[in-house]
Amino acid sequence: MRTITGSRKLSVGLSLRDKLMLTVIYLILIATAVVVLYPVIWVILGSLNPGDTISSTTYLPEKLTFSHYINLFVEKDYLLWYKNTLFIAVMNMIIATILVVTAAYAFSRFRFPGRKQGLMVMLVLQMFPSFMGMIAIYILLLQMNLLDNHWGLILVYAGGSIPFGAWLVKGYFDGLPRSLEEAAKIDGASHTAIFFRIMIPLSVPMLTFIAVSNFIGPWMDFIFARLVLRSNDNKTLAIGLFEMVTGRANNEFTTFAAGAVLVAIPITILFLFLQKYIIEGLKAGANKG
Amino acid sequence: MGSPMSIIPAAREQRSVKTTISVTLSILFMGLGQIYNRQIAKGLLLALVELYVLIFWSKPVMNGLWGLITLGEQMQIRQRGRIIEQGDHSIFLMVEGIIYLLALLVMICFYIFNIGDAYKVRKGIEAGIPAHDAKQSIKHAWEQGYAYFLLIPAITFTLFLTILPLLFGILIAFTNYSGPNYLPPKHLVDWVGFKTFSNLFNLKAWSHTFYGVVSWTLLWAVLATVSTYFTGLFYALIINVKAVRFKRFWRTIYILPWAIPAFVTILIFRNFFNAQFGPLNEYLSLLGISAIPWLSDPFWAKVSLVFVNTWLGFPFWLALMSGVLTSIDKDMYEAAEVDGASPWQRFRTITFPLVLFATAPLLIMSFAGNLNNFNIIYLFTEGGPVNIDYSYAGSTDILISWIFKLTLQQNQFNTASVISILIFIIIAIFSIWNFRQTRAFKEEDMIQ
Repeated sequence: MRTITGSRKLSVGLSLRDKLMLTVIYLILIATAVVVLYPVIWVILGSLNPGDTISSTTYLPEKLTFSHYINLFVEKDYLLWYKNTLFIAVMNMIIATILVVTAAYAFSRFRFPGRKQGLMVMLVLQMFPSFMGMIAIYILLLQMNLLDNHWGLILVYAGGSIPFGAWLVKGYFDGLPRSLEEAAKIDGASHTAIFFRIMIPLSVPMLTFIAVSNFIGPWMDFIFARLVLRSNDNKTLAIGLFEMVTGRANNEFTTFAAGAVLVAIPITILFLFLQKYIIEGLKAGANKG
Repeated sequence: MGSPMSIIPAAREQRSVKTTISVTLSILFMGLGQIYNRQIAKGLLLALVELYVLIFWSKPVMNGLWGLITLGEQMQIRQRGRIIEQGDHSIFLMVEGIIYLLALLVMICFYIFNIGDAYKVRKGIEAGIPAHDAKQSIKHAWEQGYAYFLLIPAITFTLFLTILPLLFGILIAFTNYSGPNYLPPKHLVDWVGFKTFSNLFNLKAWSHTFYGVVSWTLLWAVLATVSTYFTGLFYALIINVKAVRFKRFWRTIYILPWAIPAFVTILIFRNFFNAQFGPLNEYLSLLGISAIPWLSDPFWAKVSLVFVNTWLGFPFWLALMSGVLTSIDKDMYEAAEVDGASPWQRFRTITFPLVLFATAPLLIMSFAGNLNNFNIIYLFTEGGPVNIDYSYAGSTDILISWIFKLTLQQNQFNTASVISILIFIIIAIFSIWNFRQTRAFKEEDMIQ
């Protein structure tokens, strides 16, 4: 038996083979970092480059310019899109979270006729492709005069988030110990008090996940935004940016790049901060409690 | 009231008669049973509800059901291009019909509840529990109905924005709702049964596209899942190697593709792969490689899709698996090393099974997600390049993006709806299978 384990533990020295291996690993890591960072850097540089098209984007530009950023606000309705998206995202976050949490509390802590069926229905609903109901939603919003209206879109988003979210939060609630509630009940606390004083504070991580995913959703979605919002004044960022680079001329790349950078920065920072919750939430989502 | 022990048979019989009366009364008209049970206020309220529904709702409900069954009978009439008679709009009739049908179902549930209530209260009276007075009833309803009260907003939203549209979507599959000949308001739509289903499988024009798109969808889902999963695993493993330093630094960099909004990066990549102006071909030409038609050749378009998807998707697995790897007991490896297991053997018998076990449900869900990964296909290639052999689909279209085109661009609503149902069946099989592997329903009532 060789005693290599001992020497490794003390990390006195690495064998040649290990050194070679480590070098290869570092090379791979660096190469991958380049691939990962490349599009990011490319777009940031693009946004600072003079000129309008992709081909004018060079890596060592003679001068950097913020004119595209200024353009976004002067020539484009970027600020308006940003405001629209922010409004939709915040409202969706609030409404969806309330809907999801109340439903989850009912399903987790009460036993009532129809409960099992309700849970089953919500499970089945998650399996349908989301825009199967698109035409009906369109007609419904048309009838309710909510087409080309932010509230129409908010309703669609919030409604769509219930089945998945409620299952997720219900699973989380199920895992919370019941002793606290029972103690509170003996002290005469009402259902409402238990909900706000015990359930909510105990489930902050899961609520964060639900709130964040509903906040981020509207920034990414095209399909429903395209379906519901028609006029230029109501556009969201995703649509506005999409139209900038998919037009035939494709001569607004640098302005698009500036717009993309401005969207990506806050969302990325938000994500990096809340990464832990997001991973936990997704794990729970796959396990369903 | 005496104790149940002292009830003589005759009295018991009389009591069961009273129960029957109270139930029969509430079947005849809502609230009568309650009034019979001396719950006057509750009974009157219920009776008022039924009266209101009968007076104001019976005609609309009948009309709604008529619309749902016939989908309209009056064609739009035009003379010299001008509309003289508006005619029935089949699709509006259908949506309205579903709404009234749902309303009717809610009403029926309420009715059944009313009957059940009359029965229960009567039983209670027989057993010696006096019926609640109005005040107690309200309190009782609040206590017992708290769950329903909590659920009302969620149910309303789900009913109108999810269930109703889905029912509509399913029903569309059994109609001929499609362009150019069956589009309201100009034309009526009719029920056609399973004809659209059989057309999809049997008509050459449809079936050829269908099988082509299905096989690419499945291939795509497998490639997209496997490539991201193993890329993530690979980087999780090499960052986890003991001697590698700055682990946090690497993980933070590699998490970026996941953190940056995907639609932004997909659009960036779309420009990056642009065959004419994109930088990728520029670099290749510097290396002496002639331009590759990244997005206009079916094969290369698929290759670049898988690449972009791997770029976007591996960080998720990396983050997840890093967590799993750090939680594996180090003693296991040391024991294996003492036994003389090679690094590969250690990976195969310890690391991989544990990682797979921890990530299996997510792996399956990610496969199902990739089957329906609309965003990347639509934003990156828009389903293109054009495939002249296909009906309304491009070479990289997966089922879901094909549906999108059929619906929003080609007005082939019935076929789109049939395909949605098929996707649902595929996803349902995966989800149910996944579900049975996990504990969700098994332990459902343990906490009670």
